[in-house]
Amino acid sequence: MKELKELVETIVQSLVDHPEEVVVTETLDEHTITYVLSVHDEDVGKVIGKQGRTIHAIRTVVHAAASQQPKRVIVHVKDKG
Amino acid sequence: MKEVTATAATVDEAVQLALNQLGISKDRAEVTVLDEGKKGFLGLFNKPAVVKVKVLVNPIEEAETFLKNIIQKMGVEASVERIESEKEIRLIISGEKIGLLIGKHGQTLNSLQLLTQLVVNRYAEHYVPIIVDAENYRERRKEALVQLAHKLAEKAIKTGQEVKLEPLPAYERKIIHAVLSDNRKVTTFSVGTEPHRYIVVAPVK
Repeated sequence: MKELKELVETIVQSLVDHPEEVVVTETLDEHTITYVLSVHDEDVGKVIGKQGRTIHAIRTVVHAAASQQPKRVIVHVKDKG
Repeated sequence: MKEVTATAATVDEAVQLALNQLGISKDRAEVTVLDEGKKGFLGLFNKPAVVKVKVLVNPIEEAETFLKNIIQKMGVEASVERIESEKEIRLIISGEKIGLLIGKHGQTLNSLQLLTQLVVNRYAEHYVPIIVDAENYRERRKEALVQLAHKLAEKAIKTGQEVKLEPLPAYERKIIHAVLSDNRKVTTFSVGTEPHRYIVVAPVK
């Protein structure tokens, strides 16, 4: 799903201070697509947001876009350290 | 924030060089002269001019572009109209598959609004309230919430018991608080932490 990956990248790059360090990796299996977001250390909080509000909004938008295809979509923020 | 420092024989030339590098016109730039330069004798001891040019971004334009980009990448054909007032900026989406952009109880629309708000605040000096709307959803939702508020107030008065609502976003709770503030037979308050904060309508004893 090229468009979905681009969607995730576009959203995240627009929110962070270090857009050049945004890396989105896509893993496909039979029923799911998983996106793992890797960002600059200082940007982790920005992507997650207060009480997870931002990552929740990102997931909601990605899920809406993904509803046009059959696979389930998961979005994670990569754990550092 | 994008900026470049340029060096040339004169200030004007340095500014032009920087603008060319950034690919913008002068009205979209903030220029700081770091060194005015000096013309030496017979081309000897020349000191070049140094300027710093910064791209000025319009936060609202950034937000609008962001929203349009996201909608397009979501695979939806839609246009965005911008209405600016003193109070707020409204970005109104219209086109096909709007239901997909609104989502259940407007949750997708609310998420798009939150993300757009974050983009604006990255660039804006002060807080600019952004409303993202589609097919008049906000107005329809408001009417539904007003009706719901009156119904629940009646229920609370009739049963003498507190009535709890589903969790709602802050500005939707505000609509309910406002509507019922005129009703002396009930009082309203919110319980819980975001995003699960909900309203309780309680009868006044």
